Amino acid sequence: METPLTRNISPGKNPPDLARYEKAGGYAALRKALRMSPDDIMEEVKEANLRGRGGAGFPTAKKWSFVPMGENAPHPKYLICNADEMEPGTFKDRLLLEGDPHQLLEGMIISGYAIQADIGYIFLRWAYKLAAERLERAIGEAYRQGYLGRNILGTEYSLELHLHVSAGRYMCGEETALLNALEGKRANPRAKPPYPQVSGLWGKPTVVNNVETLCNVSHIVNHGSGWFKSLSRSGDGGTKLYGVSGRVKKPGLWELPMGTPIREILEGHAGGMRDGYRFRGLLPGGASTDFLIADHFDTAMDFDSMQAAGSRLGTGTMIILDDRTCPVGMLRNLEHFFAQESCGWCTPCWSGLSWIEQILQDLEEGEGLSSDLERLQAHARLLGPGHTFCALAPGAAEPLQSGLKYFRDDFERHVHEKRCPWR
Amino acid sequence: MEMKVATVHIENRPYPVKEDENLLQQCLSLGFDLPYFCWHPALGSVGACRQCAIKQFKDEEDKRGKIVMACMTPAKDGARISIDDPEAREFRASVIEWLMVNHPHDCPVCDEGGECHLQDMTVMTGHTYRRYRGRKRTFYNQDLGPLVNHEMNRCIQCYRCTRFYRDYAGGRDLEALALRNQVYFGRHQDGTLESEFSGNLVEVCPTGVFTDKTLKQHYTRKWDFQTAPSVCVHCALGCNTIPGERYGMLRRIRNRFNGAVNGYFLCDRGRYGYDFVNSGHRIRQPALRKNRQAQLHAVTGSEALQYLAELLSTGSEIIGIGSPRASVEANFALRTLVGPGRFYAGVSERDGRLLASLLDILKRGPARSPSLHEVELADAVLVLGEDVSNSAPRLALALRQSVRRQPREIAGKMHIPHWDDHAVREVTQGESGPLFIATLAGTRLDDIATQTFRGAPDDLARLGFAVAHALDPHAPPVPDLPDEAGKLAHAIAEALKTAEHPLVISGTGCGNAGVIEAAANVAWALCHTGHPAALCFALDECNSLGAAMMEAPSFESAFGAGQGVDGNVEMPATTVILLENDLDRRADTMAVDRFLTAAQHIIVIDHTVHQGSARADVVLPASTFAEADGTLVNNEGRAQRFFQVFVPQGDIRESWRWVQDIMTLAGRNKGAPWLNLDHVMAACARDIPELEPILSAAPGSGFRMEGQKIPREPHRYSGRTAMSANASVHEPEPPDDPDAPFSFSMEGYSGRPPPALIPRFWAPGWNSVQAVNKFQDEVGGQLAGGDPGVRLIEPQSDSGVDYFRNVPPAFSRRAGEWLVVPLHHIFGSEALSVLAPAIAELAAKPYLALNPKDAAELGLAAEASVLLQLGRNDGADRGMDYEIPVQLRAELRRGMAGLPAGIPGLAGIMLPAWGRVAKKKSTRMGEGTAP
Repeated sequence: METPLTRNISPGKNPPDLARYEKAGGYAALRKALRMSPDDIMEEVKEANLRGRGGAGFPTAKKWSFVPMGENAPHPKYLICNADEMEPGTFKDRLLLEGDPHQLLEGMIISGYAIQADIGYIFLRWAYKLAAERLERAIGEAYRQGYLGRNILGTEYSLELHLHVSAGRYMCGEETALLNALEGKRANPRAKPPYPQVSGLWGKPTVVNNVETLCNVSHIVNHGSGWFKSLSRSGDGGTKLYGVSGRVKKPGLWELPMGTPIREILEGHAGGMRDGYRFRGLLPGGASTDFLIADHFDTAMDFDSMQAAGSRLGTGTMIILDDRTCPVGMLRNLEHFFAQESCGWCTPCWSGLSWIEQILQDLEEGEGLSSDLERLQAHARLLGPGHTFCALAPGAAEPLQSGLKYFRDDFERHVHEKRCPWR
Repeated sequence: MEMKVATVHIENRPYPVKEDENLLQQCLSLGFDLPYFCWHPALGSVGACRQCAIKQFKDEEDKRGKIVMACMTPAKDGARISIDDPEAREFRASVIEWLMVNHPHDCPVCDEGGECHLQDMTVMTGHTYRRYRGRKRTFYNQDLGPLVNHEMNRCIQCYRCTRFYRDYAGGRDLEALALRNQVYFGRHQDGTLESEFSGNLVEVCPTGVFTDKTLKQHYTRKWDFQTAPSVCVHCALGCNTIPGERYGMLRRIRNRFNGAVNGYFLCDRGRYGYDFVNSGHRIRQPALRKNRQAQLHAVTGSEALQYLAELLSTGSEIIGIGSPRASVEANFALRTLVGPGRFYAGVSERDGRLLASLLDILKRGPARSPSLHEVELADAVLVLGEDVSNSAPRLALALRQSVRRQPREIAGKMHIPHWDDHAVREVTQGESGPLFIATLAGTRLDDIATQTFRGAPDDLARLGFAVAHALDPHAPPVPDLPDEAGKLAHAIAEALKTAEHPLVISGTGCGNAGVIEAAANVAWALCHTGHPAALCFALDECNSLGAAMMEAPSFESAFGAGQGVDGNVEMPATTVILLENDLDRRADTMAVDRFLTAAQHIIVIDHTVHQGSARADVVLPASTFAEADGTLVNNEGRAQRFFQVFVPQGDIRESWRWVQDIMTLAGRNKGAPWLNLDHVMAACARDIPELEPILSAAPGSGFRMEGQKIPREPHRYSGRTAMSANASVHEPEPPDDPDAPFSFSMEGYSGRPPPALIPRFWAPGWNSVQAVNKFQDEVGGQLAGGDPGVRLIEPQSDSGVDYFRNVPPAFSRRAGEWLVVPLHHIFGSEALSVLAPAIAELAAKPYLALNPKDAAELGLAAEASVLLQLGRNDGADRGMDYEIPVQLRAELRRGMAGLPAGIPGLAGIMLPAWGRVAKKKSTRMGEGTAP
């Protein structure tokens, strides 16, 4: 089984420096890409069916295709790496950032070339101190080697790359809020249209891609779209970093073919539940995805299958709920996070989420009423997509609505027993 | 702007809409009640509050539809939407419920109560029952200064305040801080809001977070105000206002929407200056004295008139001095009483010349004076010699919109709708279109200026002349122009001529005729070369232009008329009538003193005491704008009628009525006496044909709707039968109003009056200021029936008028002398508003601004006291000495000094003037000392 993304990564050890990265075949893809036309690269990535690994699964080449190209295109154009990984339960980008920073840089330079970007930013989560250190070093090496800066490898193409360490807010992971934050403004999301590809950072064409997405690009260029698709067990190309956290025997992160079923990941790689704990449910792709239950164990972890099962692949890093943890308490914890991270822009989010948190708090403290469950149900519906300004509140509503569906009895017990049965 | 009409189906019925406008604005314009908060017609859409949710359907087959925000959705032909859809209704009710989660139930003690948009929208959505059981979040409230009160607990996070304050008005010190349900709209610390438009927060805020702090001192509910349409008297722009009165006291000013003039916004001087009407400085009773040594003593109106009759029967000559702050009618009445030959304009000789010159420029030249709305549409602007933020503040706010015109074209090209506020701002990235500011010192618009230029008045004029020459070689060249100024002139010329709507702004602010003439040359050069330019002059007072149109000589020529060869004033048997005018603010104190000493009798008709009224033999109490009707001509040349708001107590009367009575007593009536304002206006129109159009500025006193007058008191006016019951249990009969189609009562026509006669904005279900929606054909557009006011001056389409050719020589420093120039202050420079306590608190204090190098040469540090000695205009040796602290202003040219114009303690100094500055030995700080 090929693991292109993690082949150079040895957790606990230093990442490959430039020399080691090059020795392992690094920057060969860049040399190849610079001999290709931007269109050809875009075509290859499109053929590879690379879908965005930030959670939404938007086809990467399609995202790029909206960038104005040609002589009359506005400049500077920007390529931004979204490394603001703050989704609860998610730590996949961290591995790539800390483990093989040059892989990201190479992917960014090629992607930047594909959209003819002039300036790149890595927007990094504040807490990723080690990643910041390693990226700084890698960027310095790349500049010295002529992979970055003016006339990369003697070609016409130039790209300046900057590391920007965020102030640390979940909201900054939303691509347009990220742009506002980069501009030094409040990290509120922007209305779309206009899309960032047309009017992004400082009003100029901008593409924002996730770390894992960009890391795939050099491999697609190196080995071709056919190879990339062959890595996958589903229609979506490539491998995927899958993670498991919770009371399992071996919590962790694995690079596996895209579309690996839940059971294989959970029972195989993560070793199943710890002794004394029984599985009750899982959030497949971070806190903002719908709960799935044991009935779904044979579902493939790819974008479309997860959608069909009533959830989302999200970041592909699952959080396991066990039978010794109160689902209401877990949701209270999650909704507290979302309510706290609301940027305060649109009413359903800033007010609705804190109300949800308040109700869950009441339930946990034995002060819940049965009408509260109706309120929660209504909120799960009212915070749906399109009702709010961005996806934060709909994301927060996903575990709530599915939690109410799968763990209804637990909610009702809180009301009837006037206490949390787990305390 | 080109607009296509599209058809949108609402509840399956077709309606015509403007294509690509947002659906919220179009639905409101069609008369639908769709609730909203964050959207504002002047601020555009941002989609924050989610209150205007509607259902949109793909086509006729689509029965499910999806919820969209009307404010963020462009109206497309064939679109199908539903406002009534149950899911949309439920969602809108939920939004209100979310907003009310934290909103305190303090409506009974909230100043916004009864005119609160949040209340209206809550009722509109039907949210009535509280389900949230948790605690509400609370905030600390800030002291934001004397104008605006802060009560953050009421906030619903709609972001209108910061969007207006920062994005629209350019303020910096009000911000959205923190996040989630705790966004805090405030300053980084307590302190007076810096923006001169802060008072608009009171109307922009949909609830009671920002309320009028001066109203709080004498609070009254909206439904208890007696109101009438009025016009601001605190500068020459003529912003439309709604003053509110209760119990004989003027209690607040609200904006009166006029799409051509002020739109939705006022400046703080205009909003808060009203308290002068309630001031202790008011003249409330007639007073007289029979000899100069005695004190003035209060008398009744008839006693005063009786005495006047005796006085005037002695056959002494009467001269009248009018006023640029009095109405056309008041000035005209006095002119009629004394006869045009003995009527003098209430301005100094210098100011009179400037006014006559710019009036002539507007009348004879090809450049048109723009309305404020047209200023907003200008796409390249030159400001020559005028600090508009201080002398005509609402104009500065308009300029902040005009600089957005050119950058907006980028957004247009990207098909971003003009109302999509944040998207437009993202694309335009705060870029400003061409705005060149050439002034004496720094201005508050400099942050958006393309380039600024600082110099003495003559240098500003020279820059203007150079721009005109660069545009049209027939305009006179400027000899010895420094390279830098020459380059700037070319850059300005280039920007103006490539613009679609170039605009030149100047005014009387630096007291220099050359500046005005240069501005005219620039505008004319544009017109002559095929670029129709607008020319806007900022003037000092609310009726500067109207008074100037009477073409009377300056009052200083009255001084001269009686002056003997030896300089002694000889005015045998001359009676002077002084109309609403404080001469000491306008001319050399000693000259005024000599003149008033020489006058045999002084009759003052005014509403506020001043040095002249203290020296009068007879004082007659005049009405302020709130107690009278009349016409004012603004800087655009737009005649606008203001209407009496309330009946003052005692013998206070309209100036023209006093004059009419004097005429009757003195047997000077030419025809039948004037019984109402219409008669005065008719006579004025007859005698001064240029003023004839004022008749159509508003309907006359006989105007009726369905046979009824328009009530000044709203339908919910309370306590009418009880409000004076402590004095008498009989309900007094409402006073008659012979002058206006308004009644002093609740009775009358309850529908929508014509635009010039709207006494308040109020509509069923719309109790807040947002009710103005219901008075416009298209929300945000002009008032239904047209915006009020009538233009008196139109340009001569290319008249072949010749350029001005008096290019002044460059300013040169004098050894030991400084050219002292006037620096205007929004708070302080205007005489009436400074009598309002809140404005007085903010008024500029005396200072002398010097270039730091000059100050260093004089051995002066900032704040050090200096002795300023100003030469007299008549060249007499003895000048005036002022002891004032120094302020260092690096942008001030060397050899120049700046003195705040017209502020208390420094009023009545004719500037620019040459003066000597000396270091003061003692450290005592003081105000101007007597000569």
